[in-house]
Amino acid sequence: MAIPDPTAAGVTPLSAVATRTAGQRFTPHAKSFGNFLVVILLTYLGLLAVTFFIGRVIPIDPVLAIVGDRAPAHVIERARQELGLDKPLYEQFYIYLGKVLKGDFGVSVLTANPVMTDIKRAFPATLELASLGILIGAGLGVPLGVWAAVRRGKLVDQVVRVIGLVGYSVPIFWLGLMALVLFYARLGWVSGPGRIDVTYEYTITPVTGLLLLDTAMAGEWEAFRNVFSHLILPASLLGYFALAYISRMTRSFMLNELAQEYVIAARAKGLSESRIIWRHALRNAMVPLVTVIALSYAGLLEGSVLTETVFAWPGLGLYITNSLQNADMNAVLGGTIVVGSIFVGLNLLSDVLYKLLDPRTRIR
Amino acid sequence: MTPKTASLRDWLSTDRPMSRRQAFMGRVYHGCRDFSRNRLAMLGLLTVLALILVAIFADLLAPYSAYTGDLRTTRLLPPSWAHWFGTDDQGRDILSRIIIGSRITLMVVILVAVLAAPLGLIVGTVAGYAGGWVDAVLMRITDIFLAFPRLILALAFVAALGPGIQNAVIAIAITSWPPYARMARAETLTIRQTDYIAAVRLLGASPWRIVLSHIMPLCVSSVIVRVTLDMAGIILTAAGLGFLGLGAQPPMPEWGAMIANGRLYVLDQWWVAAAPGAAIFVVSLAFNLLGDGLRDALDPKAAK
Repeated sequence: MAIPDPTAAGVTPLSAVATRTAGQRFTPHAKSFGNFLVVILLTYLGLLAVTFFIGRVIPIDPVLAIVGDRAPAHVIERARQELGLDKPLYEQFYIYLGKVLKGDFGVSVLTANPVMTDIKRAFPATLELASLGILIGAGLGVPLGVWAAVRRGKLVDQVVRVIGLVGYSVPIFWLGLMALVLFYARLGWVSGPGRIDVTYEYTITPVTGLLLLDTAMAGEWEAFRNVFSHLILPASLLGYFALAYISRMTRSFMLNELAQEYVIAARAKGLSESRIIWRHALRNAMVPLVTVIALSYAGLLEGSVLTETVFAWPGLGLYITNSLQNADMNAVLGGTIVVGSIFVGLNLLSDVLYKLLDPRTRIR
Repeated sequence: MTPKTASLRDWLSTDRPMSRRQAFMGRVYHGCRDFSRNRLAMLGLLTVLALILVAIFADLLAPYSAYTGDLRTTRLLPPSWAHWFGTDDQGRDILSRIIIGSRITLMVVILVAVLAAPLGLIVGTVAGYAGGWVDAVLMRITDIFLAFPRLILALAFVAALGPGIQNAVIAIAITSWPPYARMARAETLTIRQTDYIAAVRLLGASPWRIVLSHIMPLCVSSVIVRVTLDMAGIILTAAGLGFLGLGAQPPMPEWGAMIANGRLYVLDQWWVAAAPGAAIFVVSLAFNLLGDGLRDALDPKAAK
């Protein structure tokens, strides 16, 4: 049976995560801090340029969206001027940049709130979901990967491989639906869609926006349990997708480390096998693993779009898709910029972490 | 075993091929042999072939119409001998819809591959061969696209272009070329150092000729493997867009859109959503197995 080579992983639904591996750094040439800063700025500028482009080539005319298609010509012309659409493109982009930097994404047509207000309200829900997801994914994925590497070719290895393959191949929104049917409708083990039951919804005051923390701090343990039973199913799903990727990468890194000479030396010294695995090999494998986990986290923040839709989870993903279906471009682009910025930020952060953690890659 | 096949095998396995054709056939033979030993990869290959056959003969295979059903008698029927996967809310046979829908899935995958792979190849090989500022600019653009969240970006593109299957294909293609460019560039960097490229250059070949006919063909095999591995991801993204109502529009029997439709009835009539999801799962699993096997067969280094 072929053993998959995880360093060439390219099959995950967390697609952007998988497109990069530890050997293939995002900033291969960034030798100095200044260089790195340029890379960050360029990447963010690129992100904004793309969203600007998307916002300007849309067939849905932003003017018509505001004044309606029955408006007389002079009203359309005035709205065009007020929106700055009569100016040359580069000037529009410059204005756009200034607005975005101030956190001004315009007003959502759908909710009539500034987009930034909506995003601030929705973000903690996504953060809570993705964070618990990555905790589950890394907490189970790393030990599974280590186990598979140690028992290479044995049953455990095959099982972990199958778990990973299924994770790469199954549509997350479908798995979510089926899990809802089974665990919520049939078995009644968990609560259904949404973050919290209506009974508790107004009893807790949002402090952090993370309901698990808020309810725990308020000492409302009944509400805490309710929040948890809403959260656990979507978080486990996201965690499973992170687990598929993390366990595969862990296995590959561990195999790499276990083949090193220092492992032979440690065995020759008579160290116990568990000490070699957990203290020596895993510690070295941890360096690329941290970046893998950071990338998975970014992938989960993005991957939550579909999950949130299935579970009616009032986070950023649901906000973006709802706005999409109502042609609310301000909200869509605002959401895209926020998710994209976090994604890019985590990407870059994982590079920095890699350099900080591995003394070999430190700048001399 | 007859002597003739034995000699054919010797001819194929010789380490001193007498002609280009013999060397090529030998490589193909060994690739196929390694590949066919890998049972899971064969399973993936057979499933993908089955998908292609089903898509070609969909009209003959589908037992009922995929677009019209009988609202009075066949609405939301559970799986039975008459309707293997049951019927949906409009009385349409779900099996027939899945069979016809295989065409859409296959078409999306092929179109994305045809758009994204050559784009990535050209960007990567040109950047790798040209070096200097061309390389810097092209790779910076590639890196920027690599750092983007692909699903969100595809969502935004589709939002801008308007929902529909063509726009979904374009959006997925736009977001999936960067890994190919990176791979092609890495390979080009090693290839351009080789003696035969120096020889071709001394013969006076233009840079474009070198890139197009001497470097690109060598990068193709690894890109093909990578595309095969990505196909599962492409299928899942397309299905996700369809699920959000941004891909294929009703009444097209696109699998993701079918799940979105079945979602309305999922608590009581689970099969409406279950069947198309299972189809997506089987097909993308097959592509993953096939891609893994292809990589192991074509790239012995990776399969240690």
